[in-house]
Formats: sequence, structure tokens, C-alpha cells
Amino acid sequence: MAESIVMDVRDFSFTYPGVEKPSLKKINLPIKENKITAMIGPSGCGKSTLLRAMNRIHDLYPGNTYEGEINLYKANGEKENILKIKKENDFIRLRQEVGMIFQKPTPFPMSIFDNVAYGLRLAGIKNKTELQDRVETALKGAAIWNETKDRLNESALGMSGGQQRRLCIARAVALKPRVLLFDEPTSALDPISTGAIEELIAEIKDEVSVVIVTHNMQQASRLSDYTAFMYLGELIEYDDTEKIFLNPGEKLTEDYITGRFG
Amino acid sequence: MNRLFVNKLILGLSTLSAVIGIGFLFWILITLSYKGITSIHWSTFTNDLVEGGIRNLLVGQFTMAILASFLAVPLGMMAGIYLREYGHGSKLASVIRNLSDVMMSAPSIVIGVFVFALLVDPFGGYNGWAGIVALAIMMIPIIISTTDNMLALVPKELREAGIALGGSKHKIILQIVIKAAKVGITTGILLSFARIIGETAPLLFTSANNQFFTMDLNGQFPSLTVSIYNLATYPDEASRELAWAASFILTMIVLCINLIGRFVIRNKK
Amino acid sequence: MSGKLFRNFSFLSATLSFFLLVGIFAILFTYAQDAMHAFGIDFLFNETWEADEDDEGGVFGGFIPIVGTLLSTIIAMVIATPLAMGIAIFLTEIASPKISKGVSVAIELLAAIPSIIYGMWGLFYFAPIVQKTVGGDGVGLLTAGIVLAIMIIPFMASITRDSMNTTPLVLKESAYAMGATKFEVIKDVIMPYAKGGIIGSIILALGRALGETMAVAFLIGSVMSLPHRITDPTTSIPVLLANNFAEAQDLEMSAMYYLALVLFVVSFVIISAAKFYFFGKKAK
Repeated sequence: MAESIVMDVRDFSFTYPGVEKPSLKKINLPIKENKITAMIGPSGCGKSTLLRAMNRIHDLYPGNTYEGEINLYKANGEKENILKIKKENDFIRLRQEVGMIFQKPTPFPMSIFDNVAYGLRLAGIKNKTELQDRVETALKGAAIWNETKDRLNESALGMSGGQQRRLCIARAVALKPRVLLFDEPTSALDPISTGAIEELIAEIKDEVSVVIVTHNMQQASRLSDYTAFMYLGELIEYDDTEKIFLNPGEKLTEDYITGRFG
Repeated sequence: MNRLFVNKLILGLSTLSAVIGIGFLFWILITLSYKGITSIHWSTFTNDLVEGGIRNLLVGQFTMAILASFLAVPLGMMAGIYLREYGHGSKLASVIRNLSDVMMSAPSIVIGVFVFALLVDPFGGYNGWAGIVALAIMMIPIIISTTDNMLALVPKELREAGIALGGSKHKIILQIVIKAAKVGITTGILLSFARIIGETAPLLFTSANNQFFTMDLNGQFPSLTVSIYNLATYPDEASRELAWAASFILTMIVLCINLIGRFVIRNKK
Repeated sequence: MSGKLFRNFSFLSATLSFFLLVGIFAILFTYAQDAMHAFGIDFLFNETWEADEDDEGGVFGGFIPIVGTLLSTIIAMVIATPLAMGIAIFLTEIASPKISKGVSVAIELLAAIPSIIYGMWGLFYFAPIVQKTVGGDGVGLLTAGIVLAIMIIPFMASITRDSMNTTPLVLKESAYAMGATKFEVIKDVIMPYAKGGIIGSIILALGRALGETMAVAFLIGSVMSLPHRITDPTTSIPVLLANNFAEAQDLEMSAMYYLALVLFVVSFVIISAAKFYFFGKKAK
């Protein structure tokens, strides 16, 4: 198990503004490179809060308190504590390196092509052929190229729910992030579309490290290499997915995965 | 970084717009308060316009606005009830809703002209009733839209529960739905009252103005706003001072009703 | 009250707006007949407004007040639109919730101040400033336009703010998550999303500016002449009506009704356009 670590959460605590008790308490969690890490736990356990800390999207709303460290390891081995980021410039860079897919599909009110090209344009790519190449690659990577290649200039709002989700994944993948954060990527989706999205996530892990928050334990066990179980703002257990589901070390984990609560 | 510069520039300009907006509010309020307060004397409240006070004007303005509300509130609420409770979803209701929205933005001076043709010209002269009708025409569309919107917020289940208990539709509307929407509708009534009590244009040639104290709605009727318009353009200092005093009092009345409508009632819930 | 009676009464009340609109149109149209027969459509383009000495007839053309109305409205819109957009952006995207709430209240209070107060304040405090900085007599097109702008800004800003607020949070977050700056999120996500409401608010404000009487009456100068410079005094339809309607006789009176009809029809068209095209079918 000599996999390298791409992100490393250390003694991390998080408090929302106006609340006394921290919502996350002393979390320690490594994110392995080119693996899928799942975070599971009952509603309100803090899994989404942790995910949203990993690209500092929380900071759109001021007043949060961070303690501890979240280190992001660069390709050259340098590490950066992302909790130290203060300048807008650095936030933009962080979010280009650590992408995010939200619970609901979020196509922007523009064409399919422009949706995928949007992040690339923000990142300063202006060359038309390069844009076209990367949009095509991203759409192929998200397995919707065949459905969209003839209607790239149509509005993305006309796509089906499942297609919109894959479009959003393509949009995030196009930026070639090092880490992709998925917040309940298949909630309220039919089984076939869910299968397609899961397949897609399994495929992109060759390119990018994946963190996925899910309340669906089957999904976590099918999809992930590592699983973290959280409860009431604490990380109860983190291990190989197989170990967590077959032979959990904690009573609480066992109760949860066998459906005795939550 | 070019992007960041554009970002800062636009955000800076937006903040500046807000500062300008607030700046104007304070500029207007401060100059108005200064001019107003220094021009107010005890006699301002005890004398009628003919003796350099605004007693009859205040009474006149309130009389017309209150009577206009007696006309507009029941009619507007009933219309709102029809739109939401009976006609909801029908083509007719949506046409009426849109027409009423258009009425809400109709130029107030045109309403004055309309009422002049209807209630002044045929009856031989300006009269208080015409002013009341003109104000009511301004008010009705606002009441319709508030009632309509507030009833829309009442959950469907409440109506269904009432029906399930065997209540008839109009009783449920009157006894349950309206009650549930009470706070919102009251706020709407107060805000529309604040709006019409400051109106000038619909009164100019309907009720016109009267220097003396009167409660006779068959003749010209005293109006605070019309008096402000006249006084401000007189060359003598005393008239202008009275105009400032009247403007200050009018603004305070309007803002107070607004604040009460927005906060006191809403927080009481 | 029986259910049927209640229902019928509510139905009759609802049809009231319809009858009011039709009634206003019919009355204005009827009373404008004399002027329409005398001047036809040329009325709109004729600059002359002169009563005969016996006061019974004369030549009346609406060109000057029509131009004055349009110009003062254009000036107001040019000033108000960017400022109102800026305020809406500040309220929805920049200010903290507390500040945003406070500023919102202030903006809404600004909208509640009666227009006659704007007019009077403008006459005594703003007109002298315009006179000193730009020249002219103080009262005139420019002063009227600026004060009109101050009046419609709060209105425009609050509707724009409301439509910008309907942008789903998660949509904004996903743009930020791709490294967009705040301005880019506003430009590429919020503005396109709220486009209908924003354009609608601009058009509604336009309608309001066209029909505004009292603020303009103090400030435009009320002179029956075409403006040659932006600071020149002129008049507008509502102002002409406010000052001269009651004293007018016969044909002149009919010409006034004609002007009122023009104003009414134009605002009707503008407001309907805003309603139907931009706010969409709002009925839930």
C-alpha cells in the first residue's frame, strides 16, 4: 500500500458562524491519489461540511472558523495548507485544482459547449482549436459526446437530468483538476442513470483522485477504494472499503452499515 | 491579473452605487428634516391653511385616504379572493390579474383626468368624493395583488382540511384562509395606504384644495399634498416655510406607516 | 352571506379592474374626439400650442410635451439603470446579510417617499447645484431627468434584487467551484438566469418615469418650448396636464384629453410588454 497521498486532512475542526460547537471535530483523513474515497454517515454527520471545506467553498459565506490543516500535495511533491489561503487569486487556483460536483445538476444558462468551455475560458484558454479539443475530450470522458456532438450549441437547460449531471462532470473534468469532490452525485436519479454515473466515476479515477459523499452505502461499497464513516462531526473509522463493510473495527460503524440506525 | 482587476472594479462600482443611493436618502431626509423642523411652530398644527397652518389639510388628506381605503380594501380583497380561490387557473383570472397589474402602474395624472371627466365635470365642480374615488382607483390594484399573493402562500392542505371537516368553501375562505394570510394582507393595506396618502396628481383637479376647515365632501376639499405643490411655488418666505413643514410631516407620516407595516406587524407574527 | 352571493360579489370586484381600464380608455377617447377630428395624427408632431383670442378654438399640437416626456425619461433611464444594477449586485452578492438588510430597508424607504417631496427637494437643493455645475436656469430637462432617476432607482433596484435572488445557490457555487470570480459569476450565471426579471424591472421603471407628474412638475420648467440644450426648460405630458388641464376650455381641453390618451396607451403598452414578455406567466 504505497499509494501517495494527494490531500491530507489533519486535526481539522470547523465551526459555522454564530454557532458555538464545532460541526467537525479533529478530523484526520488522508485522500489517496487516483483512488476513490467515500464518506458515509447519517444526515448531519458533517460529511458534506468536510467536503465543502476541501475546496474552501464555505468561504463564499464569511465567518467560518477553521482549525488544523488540510494539505494539498502538488505534482512536484510540495505541500500547501489550503486553510492558509487568503487571496482571491489563490482561491481561484485552488478551485481549479480541486473541483466539485454538486448534489443537483447545475448547468449554467448557456449552450452545452459553453458550459464545458466555461472553466477553461476562466483559466485563460482562448485558442479556439484547443478549446474545441478539450471540450470534446471532456464530453467523451463523461460519456455524453455521442448524445451531444450534434447539439453543442443548444442550451444545456434542455438536457435530461442524467445528462445534465454528466455535463457537469465533463465541465469539472475539462479543467484537469487533481481532486474531484462529489456531493451525492446520484441523489434522486433513476437506477440506469445512477449506474452510468458510477461507471463514469470509476473510469475517471485514472486521471483524478475522487472524494465522494453519499448516503447510499451500496454505492460506497461498489465504488470506493477507501471509506470514511462519520458520525456527529467526528470521523469514527477510516479504512479500506472492504474492511469497513466486511469487518468494521468500531461498533458504531457496524450498526450503521447494517442499518441499525440512521 | 486582469480578471481580478475587472472583478474588483465592478464590485467597487456596485458598492459605490449603493453608497450613492444611501447618500441620496440621507441627503433628502436631512435637508428635509432641517428645513421642516425649523419651520414647524405650534400654530402649524392648530391653524388652518388660511391662517398659515396645516390643521385642515392634515384632516382633509387623512379623511380622503381613509374613505378611499373603505372603498378600495373590500373591493380589492374580494377581487383578490376571486383570483386566488375561485378563478385560480382559469384564463379569465389570469387576464384580470394582468390587467390589474397594468392598472397598478397606470400614470396617476391620467386617473385624475378620468375622474375629472366622470365626477367633476358633470357635477359642476371639484368635490371631495372625486378625490376619494381617484385615490381608491390607485389603491384597488395594489390591494388585489397583495391579497392574491398572500393567499397564494396559504398552504393547500389548510383549505383541504377545512373542506374535509365539512365546511363550505366561502366559510373556509373567510374563517381560515383569510386568517392565515392576515399579517401579509394587513401589511399590504398599510403600505398601500402610505402610498395613496402621499399622492398629489390624482387630487389636483378632483378634490383640488381648500384653505378652510371643512368636512363637506360635496365641495372642494383640503389636501396637504396639493397645498405643498401650491405653497412651494409662491414667492414669499412664509409660504415656502409652510411647504417645508408640511413636506416634513407628510414624509414622517408615510415613512412611519411604512416602517410599522414592514416590521412591527411582521414581527408580531 | 350565502356562498353563491359571496362568490358573485368577489367575481364582480375582480372584473372591476377590467371595467376601469376600459372605462378610462373610453372616456379619454370620447373627450379627445374634438381634438382628434381637428388635428388627426399630426397632433403628435405639431409644435404649436396656441389658443385663439376668444378662447374657443386654436391650434394645439402635442409635439413639445411628448418630446419633453421622452427626453426626461431617457435621461432618467440612462442614469438610473447602471446605478440600480450596481445596488442590486451590492445587495445580493457583496454585502453581508446584515448590511444588505439595512441597505434594503433604506432603499425601500427611498421608494416610499412621495414624489412631491422629491420634486420640492430637487427644486430647492438639487436645481441650484445643476445650475452651478452645468449651467442653465437650474430647472430644465437635465434636473428633471436626474431627480426622476433618483426616484426610480429604488424601485428598479428592488425588483432586480428580487430576480437576482432567485438564482439557485448551488448554481452560483458551481461557478465559484470552477474558479470564477464574483464578477464572472454575476455576469455569466446570475445575469443570464435573472435576465427576464431584470429587463422587466427596467421596463416597469420606464413606465413609471413616463407617467411621473409631481417630481417633474417642479423641475422641468413648464415652458411650452422645445429644448435645444440639455439644461433647457421644457414641459412633459403629465406636467402640462397638472398645470393647465383644469383651466383649459373646449378644444384645448379636448387636446389635453388627447395627450392623456397618448400617455395612457403608451404606458399600457409598455407595462403589458414588461408583464407578458419578461416576467412570464407568473401565476403559480
